[in-house]
Amino acid sequence: MSDKFDVIIVGAGPAGSAAALTLARAGLSVVVFERGAFPGAKNMFGGVLYTPILNKLIPKFWEEAPIERHIVKRRFSLLSSKSEAAFEFRCEDYNEKPPFNQSFSALRARFDPWFSKKAEEAGAMVIPETVVDDLIVKNGRVCGVKARREGGEVLADVVIAADGVNSFLAKKAGLRKDFSRAVLAVAAKEVISLPREVIEDRFSLEGQEGMAMEFFGDSVAGMVGGGFIYTNQETLSVGIACSIKSFIDKKVAPNDLLDRFKAHPSIKRLIKKGETLEYSGHMIPEGGFERVPQVYTDGLLLVGDAAHLVNASFYHEGTNLAMASGLYAAEAIIEAKEKDDFSAQTLKRYQKKLNNSFVMKDLKKYRAVEKWSHENLKFFEEYPGIALEMLKDYFSISEVPKETIQKEAYRKVRTHISPIQAFLELNKFRKTFF
Amino acid sequence: MKIAVCIKQVPATESKIKPSSDGKEIDRTGLSYVVNPYDEFGVEEALRIKERLESSVTVVTMGTERAEEALRTCLALGADQAIHIKDDLLRGGDAYGVALVLTTALMKEHYDIIFFGKQAVDDDSGAVGIHVAELMGLPHVAVINKLDLKPEEGRALASRQIEGATEMVNIKLPAVFTCQKGLNEPRYASLPGIMKAKQKPLTTLTLADLGVDKDAVGAKGAKLVVDCIKAPRVRSTGNIIDKNPSESVEELVRLLRDEAKVL
Repeated sequence: MSDKFDVIIVGAGPAGSAAALTLARAGLSVVVFERGAFPGAKNMFGGVLYTPILNKLIPKFWEEAPIERHIVKRRFSLLSSKSEAAFEFRCEDYNEKPPFNQSFSALRARFDPWFSKKAEEAGAMVIPETVVDDLIVKNGRVCGVKARREGGEVLADVVIAADGVNSFLAKKAGLRKDFSRAVLAVAAKEVISLPREVIEDRFSLEGQEGMAMEFFGDSVAGMVGGGFIYTNQETLSVGIACSIKSFIDKKVAPNDLLDRFKAHPSIKRLIKKGETLEYSGHMIPEGGFERVPQVYTDGLLLVGDAAHLVNASFYHEGTNLAMASGLYAAEAIIEAKEKDDFSAQTLKRYQKKLNNSFVMKDLKKYRAVEKWSHENLKFFEEYPGIALEMLKDYFSISEVPKETIQKEAYRKVRTHISPIQAFLELNKFRKTFF
Repeated sequence: MKIAVCIKQVPATESKIKPSSDGKEIDRTGLSYVVNPYDEFGVEEALRIKERLESSVTVVTMGTERAEEALRTCLALGADQAIHIKDDLLRGGDAYGVALVLTTALMKEHYDIIFFGKQAVDDDSGAVGIHVAELMGLPHVAVINKLDLKPEEGRALASRQIEGATEMVNIKLPAVFTCQKGLNEPRYASLPGIMKAKQKPLTTLTLADLGVDKDAVGAKGAKLVVDCIKAPRVRSTGNIIDKNPSESVEELVRLLRDEAKVL
């Protein structure tokens, strides 16, 4: 065994494993360090995996990957304390044949070890339970890492930092500063077990069909964020995710907010009699386009959450961007290896690949989301309640003539917001999200 | 010295254990596994001997596919080679069956020292090491917390803690020892150790390879049959009397008299 590797990857999440798989297949020597007891032990997401990149890396992955259900239904709803208004979309085209709509519910504690194993089978060396503390830098060039073990200094031509949202390596390399509270979200989640038949009845699903539900407004006490339920085979992923700033402003703890969400009448009946199997919590980098740092320097590339690659619009897309970034980073390194030049100048190819792909194009399209969210708190705090109150008035049956009821409902809305203001704000919302 | 360490892969000590639906086994869904902590003392002791005297260390386990991880962990710590005895016919066996299989494997080589943990933390039977010593016709000292080798005499001085005293046993090698906490402080694997472990020799053996009669081991050969495994009775939560002090005392006395019936 040689003392030096072509590539060291820090972190065996989707980004790190996608890179490791691609590099190992190209014949490069790769070592992956993972701090958890096994890949995925410390990883978390809401619950839906988008798979276009996975399908490229491992065609027909669905035949062997530990995925749960394919998503045929999406539902977005607005909650007040007593009412719910929802929009639901189901399409039979999403139900035809694999890979369906490239959206699958999954559990990371199962998916990540499988994906990492694929990289291992391709020839990468995966070493869990090993924390990387620092980069080895010589002449301004990253050329290895220091792992927290005896004899932990390892050298390589390139290091890929796939070490997640807190990426200490990105900070050590000077590519990143600490993020502000507004650009980070915190999620809390429970995996709740229910018999398969109960899940299928309750959510009106058949066989392997799955559903993604998101809840706004009172689901998270008017905070900037939302709640979610995703159906797995015999469990539900139930959680909330809100910006750290709003947890601090409202002085609410994430686990309390999750309990509150679970106790809402619209949610309670969906999780009734379920047994909580596990709890988890994690930070999400939701700053979008503006916050993506420079992703390369001499001998170092940033991928996945470490590069702040999350699309926080209605798509809630993270793992797919992570895998894409891992793939592009690996491709750039393979090209650099051919030239035997690992300088920033050559590794810059990775940034170009990201920019030209859906990754940065999507982040650019939704670049205003984060700012909009914190400047339009009424959309989270006030408007859901007003809208639901109007609907309640509209559908209330009494002896009062319908015209009077409707006029009164409309008048009540106008005491909160003028028609012009409503038009302007909705237009801004449309521009930000669509 | 040729040293063998017999290890077992067990559920991680922080695991939440519950009986399986048929009540004969534990429910293994979602469990993570480690090397039995008492076996780690054996591995560490073997490695320390190897650092002083020219020795080879072989780790041996009997277990499912997954048990290979435990062997790799020991190789990463510094063991030289590993033997994995793996056969579906071993399912449902008892300590005697395990000992019989391990004995057959250990008899294929000459070992000066054979280490076991004093017990595995999953079934806590503490029998296999001693069974092996008996089946091999070797002397043994159980539950040792110190071992002084006298290689030139071919002997060892083993210490064990007994009630109020330390017992020192002078024993002729080859011998079997079962290890207790306090024997040493197991090391963490070094990074080069982990990397090298992937290339170290690991031999997989089946019952047929060993020439063990399949009817003598596994469920068929078991002399001990587990009738059922039950979860401990759930203790009821306590009552909190939340009143003002004088009322609380009154209520407490009433409960002690009428419900607990201790007054």
